[in-house]
Amino acid sequence: MTSIVEAAPYTVEEVVERFDPVMGLEVHVELNTATKMFCGCRNEFGAEPNTNVCPVCLGLPGSLPRVNARAVESAVLIGLALNCSVRERSGFARKNYFYPDMPKNFQISQYEDPIVFDGYLDVPLDDGTTWRVDIERAHMEEDTGKSLHMGGATGRIHGADYSLLDYNRAGVPLIEIVTRPIEGAGVRAPEVARAYVSALRDVIKGLGVSDVRMDQGSMRCDANVSLKPKGTAEFGTRTETKNVNSLRSVERAVRYEMGRHAGVLLSGGTITQETRHFDEQSGTTSAGRPKETFADYRFFPEPDLVPIEPSDDWVEQLRAGLPERPWERRARIQTDWGLSDEELRDLVNADALDLVADTVDAGAPPESARSWWVAYLAQEANTSGVALTELAITPEQVARVITLVSEGTLTNKLARQVVDGVLAGEGSPDDVVAGRGLAVVSDDSALTAAVDEALAAQPDVVQKIRDGKTKAAGAIVGAVMKATRGQADAARVQSLVLERVAAGS
Amino acid sequence: MSSPDAELTRLDAAEIARRVQAREVSSVDVTRAHLARIDAVDGAEGGGLGAFLHVAAEQALATAAEIDAEIAAGTVRGPLAGVPVAIKDNMATRDMPTTCASRILEGWRPPYDATAVRRLREAGLVPLGKTNLDEFAMGGSNENSAYGIVRNPWDPSRVPGGSSGGSAAATAAGETPLAIGSDTGGSIRQPGAFTGTVGCKPTYGTVSRYGLVAFSSSLDQIGPFGRTVLDAAMLHEVIGGHDPCDQTSIDAPLPPVVEAALAGARGDLTGVRVGVVTELSGEGYQTGVLSAFTDAVRVLTDLGAEVVEVSCPSFTSAMPAYYIIAPSEASSNLARFDAMRYGLRVGDDGSHSTDEVMSLTREAGFGPEVKRRIMIGTHALSAGSYDALYGKALKARTLVVRDFAAAFEQCDVLVSPTVPTTAFPIGDRVDDPVAMYLADLCTIPANLAGTAGLSVPCGRAPEDGMPVGLQVMTPALADDRAYRVAAAYETARDSAAGAPFASTIPDPADLDGRAPLRSVSTLQGAS
Repeated sequence: MTSIVEAAPYTVEEVVERFDPVMGLEVHVELNTATKMFCGCRNEFGAEPNTNVCPVCLGLPGSLPRVNARAVESAVLIGLALNCSVRERSGFARKNYFYPDMPKNFQISQYEDPIVFDGYLDVPLDDGTTWRVDIERAHMEEDTGKSLHMGGATGRIHGADYSLLDYNRAGVPLIEIVTRPIEGAGVRAPEVARAYVSALRDVIKGLGVSDVRMDQGSMRCDANVSLKPKGTAEFGTRTETKNVNSLRSVERAVRYEMGRHAGVLLSGGTITQETRHFDEQSGTTSAGRPKETFADYRFFPEPDLVPIEPSDDWVEQLRAGLPERPWERRARIQTDWGLSDEELRDLVNADALDLVADTVDAGAPPESARSWWVAYLAQEANTSGVALTELAITPEQVARVITLVSEGTLTNKLARQVVDGVLAGEGSPDDVVAGRGLAVVSDDSALTAAVDEALAAQPDVVQKIRDGKTKAAGAIVGAVMKATRGQADAARVQSLVLERVAAGS
Repeated sequence: MSSPDAELTRLDAAEIARRVQAREVSSVDVTRAHLARIDAVDGAEGGGLGAFLHVAAEQALATAAEIDAEIAAGTVRGPLAGVPVAIKDNMATRDMPTTCASRILEGWRPPYDATAVRRLREAGLVPLGKTNLDEFAMGGSNENSAYGIVRNPWDPSRVPGGSSGGSAAATAAGETPLAIGSDTGGSIRQPGAFTGTVGCKPTYGTVSRYGLVAFSSSLDQIGPFGRTVLDAAMLHEVIGGHDPCDQTSIDAPLPPVVEAALAGARGDLTGVRVGVVTELSGEGYQTGVLSAFTDAVRVLTDLGAEVVEVSCPSFTSAMPAYYIIAPSEASSNLARFDAMRYGLRVGDDGSHSTDEVMSLTREAGFGPEVKRRIMIGTHALSAGSYDALYGKALKARTLVVRDFAAAFEQCDVLVSPTVPTTAFPIGDRVDDPVAMYLADLCTIPANLAGTAGLSVPCGRAPEDGMPVGLQVMTPALADDRAYRVAAAYETARDSAAGAPFASTIPDPADLDGRAPLRSVSTLQGAS
């Protein structure tokens, strides 16, 4: 029966004729604090296995956790950005279960008193409307280590010959953000799910507290889906699809589960409450580890840690420093810079919005800033195969180059050479100008000497100019430009030529 | 006791420190004398005390030589520099194994020092080795050690108490002048009483737990053993004080316990209000314990104290609450012993799954009492029983806290017998866990409330000749009061007897004609 259902799941449109979908989204965000949640080990992605470990994050006997204050601050910031209340007194709890990549065989988490609770996020949808997602809570916890199952075909534990454990991730600070049930989205449920995770990602990125890279696992989404027959109040049995690791997958996973649930329910079956695994290739889900009995995590207050009591003053200080919501900021920037929808989208898609904004903040006009990043630098990045944000030039440096052009020190052509020099590691724009000797020759005495020399060399041209054929001056300008190796401002040379001829020299 | 230095092992720590720092004797000689004493009386295989699980003879002598050199150069690290000390084997030591007297940690060498251990080293004390205990500090007789029992120096057929039985017995027998232990429900004070030594459980949060292998995190506290009140106070000041590595550590100055011990020794308790806890005496208490306790209270009155009777009704529910809370925390704390990262691993032969290896290891690695408590604790925290067991125990704990608070409005310190009985014969209670648990009856309330308690010897029970302990309890952060009262009592006790109580401890080497004991080098090989 299962295979029939999975071969022909219902479309979302078909599902919502009979059912109302209900979703609950749990998003784990790894914070980008310098150190781990409960010890001083470095929190970094991609280090040699088991190098960022100590007695505390390895859970060695006798070791004790101590709370990372920066992680608490990040949690409060996330809560405030999600319009949550901050709990006056919030505690940690132990969640007890056995797994080899969890060093203590319990996870320090929060249970009955999460640090922030009761909030919402107004999520922008594709059609310009917003959808309010209610947030139940966000709490702090520690990440587990990583198991690598070796020798099997699937990389999963079944069929593996042996497993390797990497505890670098053990103890990395996590914030788990849990929505209240999302109801009434109907046919838009998959879109709402994707848009929520996307908006959440943007908000957290704007706070600067996490890299929120779904591809690297610093943001992970578990999607709970259930269906209830239209007109009924009681929720249906839910399934939880774990670790969906792209925005597109969130949408696809919800869509697939809706269709699958409908298929099972309409053929008279029942949904099993279980965790499911999303397969990127096929876009389908499969049953995860079957839970024969409901897991009893035996939560109890963590006796090694004292409660956290954020002061009102501190919370208000953090609230006052909250950045604009990313989509509100985009709307403002679009107006301020006079961008078309398409130009804004290009900026966002090129991951250049922040770079351009920072360049503008450093004093450059938006138009020049945008042109440098989206045209020249985007091409450079593309050619050298790095992300735009990883180019070896800062927005401040780009702004400096733009200033040098507007002051007349550089021509556009020279400016590109200066940028190339910065990218090549030759120092700041001014260093490159000095080092390569690229400045426009703007010293009038030097230019005048060059002009006089060119005039002396071509008396026939001088005569033509005197006769009123000012276009002939082009030949002199060309000679001067050649003599100064292009580093003179041609317009300035032109006027100097006319001045010197008129002066009768 | 043929060694010319043998008398060094009868000196108290304060006197050793004075002589070493005055260069009347070297720390090396003192250390060598204690190592010889260990060699003479400790070997468990020959029927010795079995107080040590690991003796670090070479390291101890090297440390002592270093301290001697420093003193010769004019540097004294602290008041106890050059004095030997023993460490309960549930504290992490980077240069010695740490087994918790459990098979599951056999061979584990921590890569770090517990804060208390680090402070011992920084203060110039000389660690002699690691002492025996009930496995993971779970027990009151030291019979739960996976590496053998410990005998009571007063009578080798009796237990030394527990769980810090090794530290207590070693201190009593002159194997070390000082030792540190840990007290979760009485594990310092109870063996202190059983062996005629002074033992203190400081206020919770005043000695760092960092590096103490957790049994019950909200109750565990490291504390000192000595043969005199002043010695215990001096050691207390070395190991105590705020530690950022332990978030339950209190960021406040340590109560001035040495000053209090010195003040108390002048023998005046005028104006001190002493409360005798009604619920901690009477039926079920050994006659000789009650008579020794009554005599001690009379001495306090003679010293000027104002003695009143105080009722703490919730103390009767302290023990059942403790036997829910402590196992609950233990069931979680001990979950990490799963064969994956360190210690014992059983069944890793390619034919067992991860879960099976975990099970087989825990089956082989944990003793029966540890298993019993893991099961009780797992049950108490499970969804169906949490409210009825763990939740209810927390409420009882709150009542104990309130009773202490009310009692301390009426008096400065509370007193009781430390244990309802004297040390019982080895094997007497092994088949009766509840009888065993009764040994913690008087000490548990202070753990539940996080307050301080100290046991000082108050004579011997006439019926068995075994020492009896007087427990002095104080409010949190008023540990100094316990030292003052105990020191005053100690002075009066010794002047009445005409000799220090410690000098009356029989020499276990003389108790019978046992064969020479197992050597230190053999002991080291065993761990």
